[in-house]
Order: sequence, then C-alpha cells, then structure tokens
Amino acid sequence: MERVIVSMQDPDMGMKMRNQRLLITVIPHAMTGRDIVDWLIQKYTITEEEALHIGNFLVKYGYIYPLKEPRNLCLKQDETPYRFQTPYYWTSTRWPASELDYAIYLAKKNIRKQGELIEYEKECYNALHKRINHTWDFVVMQAREQLRASKQRRKADRIVLECQEQAYWLINRPPVSRYSDVMLYMWCLPLKNKLCMFVWVCSFVKYCEQYQDHDPIMQGCLPSNPWITDDIMYWNMNSETVTMPTKLRVERWSFSFMELLNDPLGRKELLTYLEKEFSAENLCFWQACEEVRHGEASKIAAKVDEVYKQFLAPGASRWVNIDSKTMEKTLEGIKHPHRFVLDDAQMHIYFLMKKDSYPRYLKSELYKNLLAKAIVPQETKKSVFPFMRRQRHSSPSPALVTQTAEDNGKAKPSAAKANAGTASQI
Amino acid sequence: MAAQEVQPSETIAKLKSESEALKTKLEEERAKLHDVELHQVAEKVDPLGQFVMKTRRTLKGHGNKVLCMDWCKDKRRIVSSSQDGKVIVWDAFTTNKEHAVTMPCTWVMACAYAPSGCAVACGGLDNKCSVYPLSLDKNENLAAKKKSVAMHTNYLSACSFTNSDMQILTSSGDGTCALWDVESGQLLQSFHGHAADVLCLDLAPSETGNTFVSGGCDKKANVWDMRSGQCIQSFETHESDINSVRYYPSGDAFASGSDDATCRLYDLRADREVAIYSKESIIFGASSVDFSLSGRLLFGGYNDYTINVWDVLKGTRVSILFGHENRVSTLRVSPDGTAFCSGSWDHTLRVWA
Repeated sequence: MERVIVSMQDPDMGMKMRNQRLLITVIPHAMTGRDIVDWLIQKYTITEEEALHIGNFLVKYGYIYPLKEPRNLCLKQDETPYRFQTPYYWTSTRWPASELDYAIYLAKKNIRKQGELIEYEKECYNALHKRINHTWDFVVMQAREQLRASKQRRKADRIVLECQEQAYWLINRPPVSRYSDVMLYMWCLPLKNKLCMFVWVCSFVKYCEQYQDHDPIMQGCLPSNPWITDDIMYWNMNSETVTMPTKLRVERWSFSFMELLNDPLGRKELLTYLEKEFSAENLCFWQACEEVRHGEASKIAAKVDEVYKQFLAPGASRWVNIDSKTMEKTLEGIKHPHRFVLDDAQMHIYFLMKKDSYPRYLKSELYKNLLAKAIVPQETKKSVFPFMRRQRHSSPSPALVTQTAEDNGKAKPSAAKANAGTASQI
Repeated sequence: MAAQEVQPSETIAKLKSESEALKTKLEEERAKLHDVELHQVAEKVDPLGQFVMKTRRTLKGHGNKVLCMDWCKDKRRIVSSSQDGKVIVWDAFTTNKEHAVTMPCTWVMACAYAPSGCAVACGGLDNKCSVYPLSLDKNENLAAKKKSVAMHTNYLSACSFTNSDMQILTSSGDGTCALWDVESGQLLQSFHGHAADVLCLDLAPSETGNTFVSGGCDKKANVWDMRSGQCIQSFETHESDINSVRYYPSGDAFASGSDDATCRLYDLRADREVAIYSKESIIFGASSVDFSLSGRLLFGGYNDYTINVWDVLKGTRVSILFGHENRVSTLRVSPDGTAFCSGSWDHTLRVWA
C-alpha cells in the first residue's frame, strides 16, 4: 500500500494536486475522489471498479483522509476533497498510539467543544481518566498547550492537522462494541506497560546520577584512592568503627533504606534514634530474623524459639507490633519452624520501618547534626618526590581478628575491627 | 448494539474468536515495546570524559591460568584460583600472599570469599565446592580443615556465599544451581531449568534478598526465587554461551557477557533487554563483566586479552585497557568501588584504578 502512496505522491508521475475549496477555506495539496480513481485507473491499467476498491483501502487504512465528513472512511468518486496522510501517522511506522496521546487528544476535543465527544469516546475518556489519573494534570496541560499552539496556525493548516489527527485516531482507536470492555482492557494493558517502560528505563539514568559522586572510579575519592597513591587514609576514614564518618557516607544513607541498613555505622545510628522513639525492638527483630534466614540450618529451631520469646509471645519484653493476620500466620508456622517461617513478619516490620521510622530519622536532629559534623577529607597533597613509593602498610586479616576474639572467649566476633589490632608484620 | 438478540452460544464463540485476534495483537504490541531504548533516554546525559585507568598492582604467583577471583569485604584482600589447582589469598594492596591451598583437582573454576573474611570456598573439576576456614597459624595445613559442602554431577562453574558464611550458592556443568547449608552440607534448594551447563551466577542486592540470576550454555539467563526454586524470569537474546552475569547496583537489572562478543543489559521490571554493548571491532567473547559502584560503567574482560569499558547509559565504549598477555578470564570490582581486579590466562592478576 505504501508503495502505491509513494508513487502517487511522485512529483512527476504522481497525482496532480490543487488547492481545493472546503466551504470557504482553501486547502492546499488536496485532491478530489474523482482524481484519485482516475489516477489509479491510468497508472495500473485497471477498471474503475478495481480502482475504487483499492482507493477505499487506502482511505480505510489511513493513508488518505477525507476533509469533509472525516468519520466516513471511504472513497467517494466525486468532488469530495482528500489529502495524503503524513507518513508520521502511517500505521506501519513504529509510532506507538500511546494511551497518553489518546487522552490528550480527547481532552483537547472536550475543551474545544464541550459535548463534542461521541459515545465511545466519552467512555474511553472516563476510563482513561480513572486509569492514568496521576498524570491527568499533565494531560490537561498538554491539551491546552496544543490547542493554544494550533490557534496560532493558519486556518487551512489547522483544519488539515485536525483532520489528520482525527483520521489517525479513528484508525487506531475504532469504536468498540459493548461487550468488548474486557478486550479494551486487554488491549490497553501493553500500552500501560509502555508508559511504565519509559519510567523504568529512566530510573537507570537517575540512579547513575545519584551515585556518581560516590563512585571512586568515576569521580575519584577523597583524600585519595589508596590504589593510586598507596595511602590508606580513605579506608581508615570509612572503616566500620570510625567515630566521625565522612559526609558522603552519611549522605548515602538518605538514598534508600537499604543503604542505611547495609552500613553498620548507619544501623547503629538508626538504633540510637529508634531507642529514643521507643521502637528499637523493630530493628532488633528484623536483625534476629535475618540471622534465622541466613544462619546454620541446625540452629533454626532454637533461634526461632528465641525470637518468639523475645518479640512475639504475648507479654514479651520486646514485643513487636505486627498486624493480627500476619501474627496469627507466624505463630501457626512457628510450631513447625523452618528457615522462612518469619519472612512475613520480617517483611511487615521492614516496610513499617521503611515507610515510617526511616523518613523521620532523616528529618531528625540526630541525623542532621551528624551530617553537619561529618568530615569532608582534604585531598592528599601529591608527594614532593613522585617516584618515591609510600610504604604500603598491611592490615590485620579479618581471620586473625576473629580468631583472637574467639580465643578470648568473646560471644559474637565481628569482622575486621580495623582499629583494634595494630598493624601486623609486613 | 444488537447483542441482546444474539444467542448466548454464538456470543461466546464470537467473543472467543475476538479474544484470539486480540491475543495476537497483544503480542504485536509487546514486540513494539522495542521502541524505548536506554540510549535514547540517556541522550541528555553528559558524556563521560577521557578515562585513564592503569594497572596499579600485578599479582604474580600462580603457576598456571588464573580462572576465578573474588574480593574480601575488607576491600583489599582477594582470593584467586587457577588451573594448576592452587587457591591463593592475597592482600592485593601489599601484593603479599597470605594463604595458599592446593586443591586435589586441577581447573579450579570457582572461588569465593566468605562475608566474614574467615573462609574461602572453591571448586572445579572435582564436582564439589569446598570451604576452607582461613587460619593464620603458618604451620597449620589449611587443607586439613576443609569442609566439603556441595556435590554436583559435573564440574563446578561458579559459587557464591549468600548474606552469611552459612550458605553457599553453586552452579554447575550438570545444568543446575543449588543452595547448600555449609555446616551440614545439606542441600537446601535446587534450581532446574537450564538446558545445558550453567556457567555463572550472581545474587541480587535487593531489599528482600531472595533472588539470583544464572547464565548458561543454552544462551539463557534465568532469574530464580531462592525460596521456592522456581525460575521467575528468563531472557534469551544472546547468540552464544553466557559466560558471566552481574546485577546492576540497584538490583533492577543485570548485565551479561557472552561468547557472541556482546554484553547486554536486561531490565527485570520491563522483562526485556534494554541495551547491547558491542562493536564491530570486538570479535572475541566476553568472559567476565562487572559494574562500577554507580552503575555508570560496565567493565568487560574479553578473550582477546583486553578489557573494554562501556558507558552503560549511552551504550558506547569509553576505553579499552591493554596489559594482559592472554585471555582475561575473570573480573570483579572491589566492594567499595575504588578499583577492579582482573585475572588472566597469563598467570597474573591485575588491579586497575
């Protein structure tokens, strides 16, 4: 079909187009139905009937649209004016008829002439309004903008554009029959996904931008990258047990709840805050659940029992507030403890902290003070003798620290207390 | 409409045929989703400047091809394994070797550092994954304390500890992945679905921490639920074996490197590939991939001895690093993102920054 259209538009052998009159406005580059049929007959040496047949398809599929009675998508072999649809709107072009665009189109129609929407358009309008309600302001704003821009065009252009658009949407959003509500939903579902696609793909850009300053390979790090300058200040300043953290580190806690929890120092700060709020048991419960999930298989039953006694039993010393349905399910599951028996309860508490305690912590004096006092390291001055290599100090092996702790009979050895041991022999 | 006058059975038949027609339309629409590509969205992002990365450390000591390496959480120690059966723990910063174990088999294709830093796991042609607790007593024979954890029916291709020292996830040439309890050696969950050898795996950094991705010789990358053992998503766009998979730092996507000389990025929410990293001049397979801390850079080690650095958002190559004298077989970025380490068949490991 497109091949035919392209040859029709050929400047030499194609159709002769003239200015057609539509009531009082003159539309350039238009042709009559009669012209179209004649050209087809001549070019393809076919009968009038066949030419009309082909011409009808061209209109039905939207490659040519009528200027009068745009709803009637058929070719009339008379003086009725027609125009070529711009390739932008061709069905074959991979241009998605997105929900948002349709909503804007309907909104424009509604604004332009109240009550001009026909029955099924009204239905679609309402359905869309419900479905993409969160972007409705955007839709109305876009509609108004487009109307304003079109008012500034010449009347002839405006009519042409309106007809183009109308024809396009007639093809791509045909009136649906009553019992096709389900099907409309099915059809719209992938379109809704298309909108989400855009959002998801944008999230990568957002993430990269947010973390750019924290990426040592991209932006360098202060005071210096230990691998480049042989100076381990950077690691010392960011160790687990440092008293005053760096600004970047504290800032990172505000990126997501996971970031706060993953940093042992962050977790400690959160615990301090929660203690002030009398909800520290939430974090302790979450931590205990993690230990069940990732601990030795043999210790599961014992650990679950501990968790029950401390956090879930009625009258427990650190009772956690879980909704009754989850509590019921968990208590039932505890009778036959397995690795994932506390998952639901843990998830509930996790999201409770995430939605409630975490945002409040970020707004708290505790966090703001820490952020204000946090260190911004000075860049290491380049050494006077660039060829002289700094002595590379070794650090205590995490294995050593744990061993010493075990030897001393400590209860829970934690990894890499960098401040504790002195530098071992090089 | 005249729907009320039509017989119910006719309506149903008509509905059925219409729904069939719409199903095909749905598939067509799904295919049309290919119009939102990452590099289009990233057009407005600032391009990256010139990149200067050099080898800052060269670790020599392996007697044969280095096959695998992993970082310790202390950001400076690494464990590496090689074809001659040796597993070495280094302090990469000082380049000192701290521990060495000789495995009873050759081709130790997988090794991993425990989160606590107190043990390493490794395996290969012995079809097993063994855990060695690291002792600093120089006289102690590490091999004596070895714990055999995983048992497969073919070679071990990759292994990784989960959030603790107590569980290990393995993938094998027998086409399965498995989750094991370290202490007892008990199989906790197995994952079936690959049609050929599974070559790589990576754990998701997500909030709920319950999924992982694996790549195999069947050209598929599968995402699994660790709890149920089910394959929840599958991606098959590569044209050859997938040698390496790695999650994007946010956990919403993962990258893969394959013998078809491309690396690809798959979005888990959109359930499709969103970027391909390839160049006509790159004709050798990618053996290993990893992201920089922000996810902006993707490092790929290739079989043509080079490392290509890709701009993840724009899809362009930022830099090419030379230095290795044979295939790059393994590549990992350090836990704090200050450097990355590459291991090669030229018997050495290099730390780049």
